[in-house]
Amino acid sequence: MRLFLEGSRAVAEAVRLCRPGVISAYPITPQTHIVEELAQMVANGELKAQFLNVESEHSAASVVLGAVATGVRAFTATSSQGLIYMSEVLFNIAGLRLPVVLTCANRALSAPINIWNDHQDSISLRDSGWIQFYAENNQEAVDFHIIAYRLGEDKSVMLPVMVCVDGFYLTHGIETVDLPEQEMVDKFLPPYKPLYKLDPDEPMTMGPLVDPDYYMETRYAIQETLKNTLRLIPKLTAEFAGIFGRDYKDGLVEEYYTKDADKVIIAMGSVCGTIKDVVDELRKKGRKVGLLKIITFRPFPYLRVYEALKNVTKVAVLEKALSLGALAPLAQEIKSTFFGRKRAPQIISSFIVGLGGRDITKNSIKEVFRRLNQREVSGEFIDLKPELLKEEYVG
Amino acid sequence: MREIRIHARAGQGAITTGYLLGYAYFLEGKYAYAFPHFGAARMGAPMNAFLRVDDKPVRIRSQIYEPDYLIIIDSTLMRDFNCLSGLKEDGIVIINAKDKEEIPKVKAGQKIFFLPANEIALNTLGRPLGNTALIGAFASATGELKLETLLEVVKQRFQGKAQEGNTQAIKQGYEYIQNLKR
Repeated sequence: MRLFLEGSRAVAEAVRLCRPGVISAYPITPQTHIVEELAQMVANGELKAQFLNVESEHSAASVVLGAVATGVRAFTATSSQGLIYMSEVLFNIAGLRLPVVLTCANRALSAPINIWNDHQDSISLRDSGWIQFYAENNQEAVDFHIIAYRLGEDKSVMLPVMVCVDGFYLTHGIETVDLPEQEMVDKFLPPYKPLYKLDPDEPMTMGPLVDPDYYMETRYAIQETLKNTLRLIPKLTAEFAGIFGRDYKDGLVEEYYTKDADKVIIAMGSVCGTIKDVVDELRKKGRKVGLLKIITFRPFPYLRVYEALKNVTKVAVLEKALSLGALAPLAQEIKSTFFGRKRAPQIISSFIVGLGGRDITKNSIKEVFRRLNQREVSGEFIDLKPELLKEEYVG
Repeated sequence: MREIRIHARAGQGAITTGYLLGYAYFLEGKYAYAFPHFGAARMGAPMNAFLRVDDKPVRIRSQIYEPDYLIIIDSTLMRDFNCLSGLKEDGIVIINAKDKEEIPKVKAGQKIFFLPANEIALNTLGRPLGNTALIGAFASATGELKLETLLEVVKQRFQGKAQEGNTQAIKQGYEYIQNLKR
């Protein structure tokens, strides 16, 4: 059913349709609306689930860990400081192979404190073993949650999934969303049946001490699983398209006018919408530009990125996160994709935009295309205010 | 594409105004994208709500710098900000103000309307929340939306007394501007 919904409400509706048994969260801007809506649904009896109010994000993550360990589908959501406060538990959730689904309403990290959007929070969890999807709009936010449960709970995966939804732009953005019917979701997403669960009648231990004789294999197993996940995601998105009528192709990347392009921007999340409008404008003027949107950031789809960009001359990696003191995170992946390859772009430049909610306009994107010229640049900041840099601590 | 920028203070209902307008466009078969931008993220601090409308899904996510239409919910904001910045040559401004003492300068093609929205709201809702009166005024001033669509939005969004009051507020806001245009 087509509705005009706030992104947070749309995500909450999607989670409701996935029938979680346990929800736990601690409020933090810009995530709060999502769990407020879910709490209301539980209170109204629209959703038969247990909603646990806790004293911190660390506890919220611990609750969903415990819930999924006992064989119950669970959900949590957070942002920014909340996510990194959860991080100790998040590594455990992945290590224990528990398919939790978490919404990260993307927000900048402190200090200085900032409630606005960038991707530093979820990017900082890239090594945790969680699968990460990045949504461009609220329709994708809805659909990716449904796919997330199905994917994470697949017997060949058994890993948690983080659906990254840009704070404010999407969480507080109100737009048209086609909300699926319950029967469609039920058809796509069967009840959760774990391989193992904590059960007092059949006691077992999860997460015991593992000595050097065994630890490495547990890590190897996750690494191999994630490689295989890259082959499973396209199968699930194809099945999803059959039931829901929305085709996310392979679910790893989206190619927008990349086929004949000589300049392509690579980006993730809601900024891709703005980039598409700029690509359309420049294409009308005869410029061969395109966009490669990364949907699945973990596991990283190296082969798909290679296929999409091998014939492109100039590539700009545009991202809302840093690896302070090093090349930016997405740029690292794109550079790795082409290292040692015969066919590769001549230039892979890296640009930083929109940190802490700095507005990304069409002009910001046009500036990136302008700077994508003969000289390769690394980690150039777009829309920086030079007048603010005249402080003693800079340089 | 139509771009609407709303100026208000946090807590004055700018988000709701954007939502209600967006929902009206949605009911008329358009695609709308409404979103807020908070300044200091405090009640009473200046903030904006934005609304983009198109015949196809709206993809651009940036703030609005060159609006077709402006709604100024709190005219005291005009003392410190150029709320009219970037307004299109043929843009329309609707200001919630009782008198016209401080008429901002507008270009030849631009139109400016004053609506005593808080007064209308006090009479219809018993509270000085002029948002729905302003929405009624918007429909009349711009010709973008049908009055019936706005009334349908209120019918779906509000119940009981609030529905009654907001229906009256929208009608009065609409008629006030209709009379000015005569």
